[in-house]
Amino acid sequence: MIIAFFTVLLFAIALALGTVAWRRGRPLFDKGLADARSQFMHLLPRLLIGILGSGFLAHLLPRDTVLAWFGPNSGWTGTLLATIAGALTPGGPVVGYALGAAALKAGADFAQVIAYVTAWSLLTLNRMLTWEMPSMPMGLITVRIIVSLPLPFLAAWLTMLVR
Amino acid sequence: MPEAPAPSAGPRRWYQRIDWGLAIVAILSFGSAAYVFVKEGPTLWLHILTEDAWLFASILPKVALGCLIGAFVRLLIAREMIERYVGRGSGLPGLAIAGLIGMLFPAGPFTIFPLAVVLMASGADRGAAIAFISGWLLVGINRAIIWEMPFFGTDFVLFRFLLSMPFPILLGLMARAPVFERLSPTPPREDGPGGGP
Repeated sequence: MIIAFFTVLLFAIALALGTVAWRRGRPLFDKGLADARSQFMHLLPRLLIGILGSGFLAHLLPRDTVLAWFGPNSGWTGTLLATIAGALTPGGPVVGYALGAAALKAGADFAQVIAYVTAWSLLTLNRMLTWEMPSMPMGLITVRIIVSLPLPFLAAWLTMLVR
Repeated sequence: MPEAPAPSAGPRRWYQRIDWGLAIVAILSFGSAAYVFVKEGPTLWLHILTEDAWLFASILPKVALGCLIGAFVRLLIAREMIERYVGRGSGLPGLAIAGLIGMLFPAGPFTIFPLAVVLMASGADRGAAIAFISGWLLVGINRAIIWEMPFFGTDFVLFRFLLSMPFPILLGLMARAPVFERLSPTPPREDGPGGGP
């Protein structure tokens, strides 16, 4: 129900933006369509491989280990492990999300997966090395890292409170 | 190390053309699929494959719509507009605006980080710059639709969004603490380009 509503909402937004672009002129509209198509074609194989893989991966992940490390009883140690794992996850978004989803299916606690995704979003070394360090001053990066460090724990804690 | 994919750098070697993130995922995916097939037989293998294929088919329209929305927003919203709004804002509303724009702006990492530097050059403080980056990193809508929803489903993403919505503001506030002044000095306001880039 929510999912259907969400898709309709996305459709409405896309339609509205498309109309605005169309009013501004045909070339702009065509450029938008072309950009969207090339991004979609870029994503398609990645998502396909990632999603198909995460199902098999979840089946193979050692359930006992996942439960012991990231399960409902893993506590703050589990959050710490999830945070470190998030920071060390290599590769782009497919890897991070595929692993997180597989861990969730294999029995990892919801709060720990939230911590993992938060850590991966804010602190993944891979993105820092490739994109952030070449384009931002080191001082700003350091501040960003320091203030971001507690966030996965805060996210996990809030998740446990709400649940 | 930071090998920029410069098109003028002549023909790239085969190993530079490989998308390593995709390569890792492909190895993991095909490896585990093969393993399940060999160890546990084709029945279970087919069952998992059907389930995943169904999931994949069901998220495709959302991914396509996400791509369309991203492309149009990028074309319709000028970079100068973002610079004006984030650069001008101060106090708590400034952080909120910076986080919100980071959340809504569909861009890749190759745009976001340089843009944050530009924002600071046009008057934003380090708090606003970090709120902007964190908004994009934590609750970037385009990323969530295109990447996160396919893997985690709508409920997970909605929950994580509601939870994380205040985080960019919080991070910006923490970054404004005077302790960080030496690491990343506040740029002089309204007085043209004062410090270095």
